[in-house]
Amino acid sequence: MSGASTTDAVTDAALARETKSDRTLHALIFVGLAMAVAIAPFLLYPVLVMKILCFALFALAFNLLLGYGGLLSFGHAAFFGMAGYVCAYAAKVWGLTPELAILCGTAVSALLGFVLGSLAIRRQGIYFAMITLALAQMIYFISLQAKFTGGEDGIQGVPRGKLFGLLDISSDLALYAVTAVIFFAGFLAIYRIIHSPFGQVLRAIRDNEPRMISLGYRVGRYKLIVFVLSATIAGLAGSTKALVFQLASLTDVHWAMSGEVVLVTLVGGMGTVFGPVAGAAVIVAMETYLAQFGASVMIMQGSVFVVCVMLFREGIVGRLARLFRVSL
Amino acid sequence: MEFRGFRAVGGVSLNVRRGTIHALIGPNGAGKTTLFNLLTKFLTPTAGTIFYKGEDITKVKPADVARRGLVRSFQISAVFPHFTVKENVRIALQRRLHGDSFDFWRSQRVLHALDAESLELVEAVGLLAFANVPAGQLSYGRKRALEIAATLALDPEVLLLDEPMAGMGHEDVERTAALIRRVSENRTILMVEHNLSVVAALSDRITVLTRGQILAEGDYATVSADPRVVEAYIGAGHA
Repeated sequence: MSGASTTDAVTDAALARETKSDRTLHALIFVGLAMAVAIAPFLLYPVLVMKILCFALFALAFNLLLGYGGLLSFGHAAFFGMAGYVCAYAAKVWGLTPELAILCGTAVSALLGFVLGSLAIRRQGIYFAMITLALAQMIYFISLQAKFTGGEDGIQGVPRGKLFGLLDISSDLALYAVTAVIFFAGFLAIYRIIHSPFGQVLRAIRDNEPRMISLGYRVGRYKLIVFVLSATIAGLAGSTKALVFQLASLTDVHWAMSGEVVLVTLVGGMGTVFGPVAGAAVIVAMETYLAQFGASVMIMQGSVFVVCVMLFREGIVGRLARLFRVSL
Repeated sequence: MEFRGFRAVGGVSLNVRRGTIHALIGPNGAGKTTLFNLLTKFLTPTAGTIFYKGEDITKVKPADVARRGLVRSFQISAVFPHFTVKENVRIALQRRLHGDSFDFWRSQRVLHALDAESLELVEAVGLLAFANVPAGQLSYGRKRALEIAATLALDPEVLLLDEPMAGMGHEDVERTAALIRRVSENRTILMVEHNLSVVAALSDRITVLTRGQILAEGDYATVSADPRVVEAYIGAGHA
């Protein structure tokens, strides 16, 4: 299977067909992952694991768009970061409860996804990527200049508050539980989207867009929907991260963050179900444990990326999937 | 139709009558595929109008042209390589029977309801033995057959087939010709084809295109007797 007519970068291993046994395997991995997430805060620093979970969800959202929709967005930080600002603002200034603050951030991200997506999906390939980058840069400058974002300072000291006004989640472990629930809810939502009639159409468009048009599919609408879905979940991740760190800052809307999510997804395995989670774990752990080396982290990160792309183009999980001939 | 000043197809007035098999032939570069792209709106004409069942569809979008029952196949085989043969047909059925699949919250298991009908179509083109094989692994001729099955899944009123027999072996050609004849009932078929014996056997009417213009039109006997057609094909009379 050479897959000559498909996007070159999407590898065959990542696209391997799923069978019933694969679904059972996925269920098992989900259970394993849930157990790992349950144990993790007792072995590792909870905030670190929460950071991984937020990035993993962000990358999962990005992978939905790139790996399954075939759309490379270079401006996903706009959703991640802007949702963070809105959530932080809602929690701090309006004094909303955390679940409502997260909802606000996510909703704004969805709306932003609709506006940016409507413009970007009119073009394909590199032009699509450039439009998303340009629009995201506009969001960055708005974040820098607008009053409510706090400019260079960002929004600091965001209260974690009481969930539903009842449960105090200011302790790391309590917040950890909330973050884990959000992560799995988002992950399962994406899993369902990929395995829905809509997901089937999405893959077919990725593989052969003109043919789908000739079959009467209005492909633009599918692209817009997946773009909005991806932006929404990216916003959910960004909002959660703002509560975890009690901070919303320019870092999260910066183009480097858009680049990082591409990196996380590619290292983990684009177009695989579990790749983004593995990618997030590797990249975040690397950034954290190598932080003592200062700016040279960038060099190490770059080297890892180059090695990854050279040695296993399909990413960690994509490589494993090919090795064991399963779909992950 | 002009591409940066190059007139690929111009002054062509093509009438396709309902319920007939109409063949479009002509040497390479005559503009047959361009004409196809214009009819199905994959290209927008720089001038002229296209009518379908008395309605002006010049400004209609390509997906909507397909929804009106004017469905095309492609010259380069257009299957979804990572979908199985059955799924290739099912994705076409999905649009017609399941409607716009914006339902991202439902399990794809609902699509199993379309499996029986998919398999019927797969059987009709002789691919039943390959129903669960990824389409990318099929031979060229079988990919073409699969493409016809997917096109038929839309139950189109007008079928535009761009070189349906290209690259097929002798047996496949005969089977496909029989299939085209069988499905031509209650349908209109416009096809581009180089295999002249197939054209002769199948078509009610033939239009010969050269350099973007109609050279001759009529049934096979009329067209094949036309000295201009012979000249265009064989290239005699270079002087």
